[in-house]
Amino acid sequence: MKIAICIGSSCHLKGSRQVVEELQYLVAQNNLKDKVELSGTFCMGNCQKGVCVTVDGKDFSLTPETTKEFFEKEVLAKV
Amino acid sequence: MRKFDTKVQHLKYKVLREVARQAWADRLLETALDIPKMIVPGKEPTMRCCVYKERAILGERVKLAMGGDKTNPNVIEVIDIACDECPVGGYEVTDACRGCLAHRCEDVCKRGAISFDRYQRAYIDKSKCVECGACAKVCPYGAIADRKRPCERSCKIKAISMKEDKTAFIDNSKCISCGACVYQCPFGAISDKSFILNVIDIIKKSENNTKYKVYAVIAPSISSQFQYAKLGQVISGIKALGFHTVVEAALGADMVAYEESRELVEKGFLTSSCCPAFVDYVKKQFPDLSQYISHNLSPAAVIAKYIKDTSKDAKVIFIGPCTAKKMEFQKEEVRPYIDSVITFEELQALFDSKDLEIMSMEEDVLDNASYYGRIFARSGGLSDAVAQALKEQGIDNFDLKAVPCDGIEACRVALLKASKRVLDGNFIEGMACTGGCIGGAGCLTHGEKNKAEVDKYGMQAYEKTIGSAISVLELNKPE
Repeated sequence: MKIAICIGSSCHLKGSRQVVEELQYLVAQNNLKDKVELSGTFCMGNCQKGVCVTVDGKDFSLTPETTKEFFEKEVLAKV
Repeated sequence: MRKFDTKVQHLKYKVLREVARQAWADRLLETALDIPKMIVPGKEPTMRCCVYKERAILGERVKLAMGGDKTNPNVIEVIDIACDECPVGGYEVTDACRGCLAHRCEDVCKRGAISFDRYQRAYIDKSKCVECGACAKVCPYGAIADRKRPCERSCKIKAISMKEDKTAFIDNSKCISCGACVYQCPFGAISDKSFILNVIDIIKKSENNTKYKVYAVIAPSISSQFQYAKLGQVISGIKALGFHTVVEAALGADMVAYEESRELVEKGFLTSSCCPAFVDYVKKQFPDLSQYISHNLSPAAVIAKYIKDTSKDAKVIFIGPCTAKKMEFQKEEVRPYIDSVITFEELQALFDSKDLEIMSMEEDVLDNASYYGRIFARSGGLSDAVAQALKEQGIDNFDLKAVPCDGIEACRVALLKASKRVLDGNFIEGMACTGGCIGGAGCLTHGEKNKAEVDKYGMQAYEKTIGSAISVLELNKPE
């Protein structure tokens, strides 16, 4: 599973670093390092919906607060 | 609302704007020869002896705007017919000499080059004078003038001389493409070649960033530029030109600060590698010291590499204050990452070629880097960042002694001392331009407040430490 997190200016100001840190933590916690590949990219062209995240190409809109719920629903349940 | 420091810059800008306008409209091939007349219409000269000479010179400027002489590897070029063949007298006593009694000029001259006529008026013996300028400094009447050519005076590495026909000549084996002469020539007879046509071509062929994405990497000295608008509006303007997004070169600087501090600890002595003119200078004038140049790519190249590593369909354009960057991106080790380079002057021309009124645009955001990455734009910033990087990484068994040098003369002094092993320091921060990048030849304006603007911009960074700014980049690092 490939998860890309936008680290462009707009998403950065909305907390993409915190989203990245949370996801890194959750992936490690659940021993998913072999199955989930996290990556960063500059601007997905959807700045209003930041923090922008894609899972295998599918778009999601996150905040640091909703990251855990997202992980459980979209990552843990499907991986 | 001052856009430029000088009328020479303004003239260059008008040519760039017009060339860009024609290029966007795919008309340049047909209209290139008409551009001089578009800029100087009518029959009355406004700058030179006649409109025909004005247009002939503008024709040369059009060529430079279109990339210049392809057979000349240097990006800095002399426009022969624009060179006014200034006098080359060096220090001369002018009519303002009052024939005083004090003769401070004579006392201060260590070479005994000053004598007096029967009216006590000073005279300089050119066979003895070494052009040190001490006499000019002490004359209470300011009667001794430096008649050195502005281009030669600005070129601290002495790469400019005079050809037999009295026009200026650049020795490419010495020139480091810093652009000091470009900014200083009062006739605009030395100019940097432009890559705006490459940039326009890259943007057009991206078909609104669908074929590939065009990234602008912007130098932190942007914070001291475009003062008539807000930084966020400049970012909106860049996107309106057709760029996919804008990324701070300062984030590359954050990465460099970490890497460079570790390299310094490992080697014990290092010079920075951020400034391409400084790097070129060390290689050309102090080849023995080139082994101590940091092996890091410059911040712009580092972040460009990151962009290309993470997004396979990317083109990267660097926008900054620097003419030497136009040499750097053509180097083998940088070419894969940076596709083209333009200056702030050229960015202004591109805005206006599309009639973009950035002052009336919404403010976009630019925030990737930390305070420390951002202050690379001014002298001393890189040294502060390296000190911070050592601290953040918990390296406390290394005593950093940084020697920040701005202006090639200061760099020369430090390098000379280093070559003789008498430098009181272990890290040379070398910046070819006075004040650092904010003094770059491709800046629109140069002012006293620029340093404060950079610091202010640094303070506004969302991330307060280098580590937090670059932590997100660790994502893409292979384990």
